[in-house]
Amino acid sequence: MSQRLQDLLEDAFPDARGVEIVDRTGGGDHFHVTVVSPRFSGLSLVDQHRLVYAALADPLADGTIHELRITTRGDS
Amino acid sequence: MTELSNRIKQTIEGEPVVAFIKGTPEQAMCGNSDRAMNALRGVGASFAAVDILPDPAIRQELSALSSWPTIPQVFVGGELVGGADIVEELALSGELEAKLDEKLGDSWRQGGEERTVSVTDRENPLRLVP
Repeated sequence: MSQRLQDLLEDAFPDARGVEIVDRTGGGDHFHVTVVSPRFSGLSLVDQHRLVYAALADPLADGTIHELRITTRGDS
Repeated sequence: MTELSNRIKQTIEGEPVVAFIKGTPEQAMCGNSDRAMNALRGVGASFAAVDILPDPAIRQELSALSSWPTIPQVFVGGELVGGADIVEELALSGELEAKLDEKLGDSWRQGGEERTVSVTDRENPLRLVP
């Protein structure tokens, strides 16, 4: 499941300098994702997280992701 | 717009600080709701809390209004500040206090009061802040 999230985020942020997925509980449904991308520059944190939610809309909608923590950075 | 959606909107716009959570301030039913409230408590902010669990429609209508898919959601002065991750991050960096100052002046510093408001209870309509 971590690989699916990694692929979705790398597709959504092709210029990302870093995409990291942590399976927080080992159960495959509580994740902490970190995305570092220049695309976040100038955006509010709310809009940055909205982009991540949009990239992960499918696994969020189908219940695959039970809990999601997000960290975004415009610069590394 | 449905009546429920209207009441949610009125709550967002009428409450200086409001957190839509799972559970209550006394008993959060979700770790992330607790994290968001603890961030607010950490800076000494008073806040109102809306429990979204009594009716699944609350969450649907809220997310439609806010374009934010998850719970909790914290609003300051009518503006979505974020979910647990952002509110926690802003609290750590000092930006949460700056946002509260910017939106509310000094008024949020008085208290640390927490109360629950309902968006579904017709017998006890919301008190709207003028």
